[in-house]
Amino acid sequence: MSDVSLEHRFGPYGGQYVPETLMPALAELEAAWISARADDEFQAELGRLLRDYAGRPTPLYLAERLSAVAGRTIYLKREDLLHTGAHKINNALGQALLAVRMGKRRIIAETGAGQHGVASATACALLDLECVVYMGAEDIRRQAPNVQRMGLLGATVVPVEAGARTLKEAVSEAIRDWVSNVADSHYIIGSAVGPAPYPAIVRDLQRCIGDEARAQILEREGRLPQRVIACVGGGSNAIGAFTAFVADESVELIGVEAAGEGLASGRHGAPLTAGGRPGVLHGSLSALLQDDEGQIAEAHSVSAGLDYPGSGPEHAWLRDSGRATYVAVTDEDALAAFERTAQLEGIIPALEPAHALHFALNVPSDSELDLICLSGRGDKDLAEVLALLGRS
Amino acid sequence: MSGIDRIGAAFTGCGRRAALMPYLMGGFPDLPTSLAIANGYADGGADLIELGVPFSDPLADGPVIQAAGTAALAAGATLDGVLEIATELSERLPVVLMCYSNAILARGTEQFVADIAAAGVSGLIVPDLPLEEAPTTAENCAAAGVAFVPLAAPTSTDERLTAIGAAAHGFLYTVAVAGTTGERGDESAYADVIARVRPHTSAPVALGFGISTPEQASAAADAGADGVIIGSRLVREAAEQDDPATACRTLVEQFAEALR
Repeated sequence: MSDVSLEHRFGPYGGQYVPETLMPALAELEAAWISARADDEFQAELGRLLRDYAGRPTPLYLAERLSAVAGRTIYLKREDLLHTGAHKINNALGQALLAVRMGKRRIIAETGAGQHGVASATACALLDLECVVYMGAEDIRRQAPNVQRMGLLGATVVPVEAGARTLKEAVSEAIRDWVSNVADSHYIIGSAVGPAPYPAIVRDLQRCIGDEARAQILEREGRLPQRVIACVGGGSNAIGAFTAFVADESVELIGVEAAGEGLASGRHGAPLTAGGRPGVLHGSLSALLQDDEGQIAEAHSVSAGLDYPGSGPEHAWLRDSGRATYVAVTDEDALAAFERTAQLEGIIPALEPAHALHFALNVPSDSELDLICLSGRGDKDLAEVLALLGRS
Repeated sequence: MSGIDRIGAAFTGCGRRAALMPYLMGGFPDLPTSLAIANGYADGGADLIELGVPFSDPLADGPVIQAAGTAALAAGATLDGVLEIATELSERLPVVLMCYSNAILARGTEQFVADIAAAGVSGLIVPDLPLEEAPTTAENCAAAGVAFVPLAAPTSTDERLTAIGAAAHGFLYTVAVAGTTGERGDESAYADVIARVRPHTSAPVALGFGISTPEQASAAADAGADGVIIGSRLVREAAEQDDPATACRTLVEQFAEALR
């Protein structure tokens, strides 16, 4: 037994609330990641793929016209420029390589917006792995281009008809597949959620966002940003952006959740902002939307990637410990920021980071220097947004 | 008599090759009907009853039990409603409650265990609470005389089986296949699974997940199971038949006969 282990708990949050069938696989995964992460050869291979295939490092872009509107300097970390169009490829490549290392040739993934599904399908095509992606039927409807991409890449997309037919149900179904096929399959969870060691592994694989951005902004500005702002569904791009800055006490960390139709409406995806009793969903204890009986509530957001009633356990702990702050932005405001960013910068953001952009552009602050994680591009959202704006 | 003793007596005194433990989705299709089904189970020869609390996101369950849980919740099922069934049923048979961990956290572990004990529940099965996460729940159960029943899986390592077997009270819920609940055709692995867990526990070994015909139940007993748990097959019967209580009673009689 190695002395090294990954975090199972972040404060009181996290844990491994899964069927016994999966416990040995989680232990195997933890050991494999500890070994891989310390293996120069593995790191070199991952680094090569991230650089030559995915397009890392991504640029840090000074958004001058957004800065003029906000009245402060705004930099965008351009994860939208990565291959497949979002930060999800960082995690998918890393975990797919890990699956190969573990001798598992079948990959299970879930997807909400389709970005993680596309990233996983892409990594599987590259590494010659079988790929099965679970996707809520409602998300299949609103993210059609990504469904077509996954098909073209050779993945099998399985529609999930349970519940609200969105991300929550897709994750549940992916976990059930894993329970049934654990011997030969690896589950690439797409966000910093799930049972330990997943939240730690996903963070390790996404922290390149903040590591790069921190070095880039120091080089450009000669100082750290006053705020790092990222959208939070499960929270993988946010934890990736935050991690490098956690020890920098002067840097404010802000996670922007989906307020949907408004926090008061009850139709939102903002468990960290709304507060309330923590609970268990998908294998970990964290901030959660639920009723008094512990039944998980349906989330709502115009953006499929934020349409999730749970949250990563490390975010819940960053909130409780006071290190990060969580706020929420409505569907309507996110749509406005989506359009404004397109018109001011010639960048069509995904609806998910449009929530973070709205916050930075419209909520007053003393900050003079903001760093926003532009986690993905908005091509996938065009049809949905144009329909909502009444222009299709 | 404590829940643990009551469960033990049900296994030793069942008078057949293996105790028969049918699963009931509490509140499905509605509360009165599910109570009638439960009584049908008892009339049909059940030795214990596994009583499920419906949950919105049941990770260990296949499509039949998922759908029944969703329908039960839509029909207004609550924990207290399910415990009303337990209160009535525990007059006749030991009731082992099956619920997911968030239901326990929602009420608070101490209050939850006090409430189920007050409803006459003898044992508790929590499929998403592996040993590492179980201590608080298990301690509260022990203090209340409720048997905390852990699960062993075909994928469990020997090291884990030792710990799980030692922690088993009432019985050891042994999962027959790596998978979710649901009817399956294959009984060839039963003997291996039981042989693996048996040396690790002094508690009775009950086999569940996938057992869906009287022939399979008989095969489980042949393979050495002390108890046989029938879930999805009965829940499907409840979903498909016009008179679910009678239909489920008939089916339970067939399982009981196979275990004679």
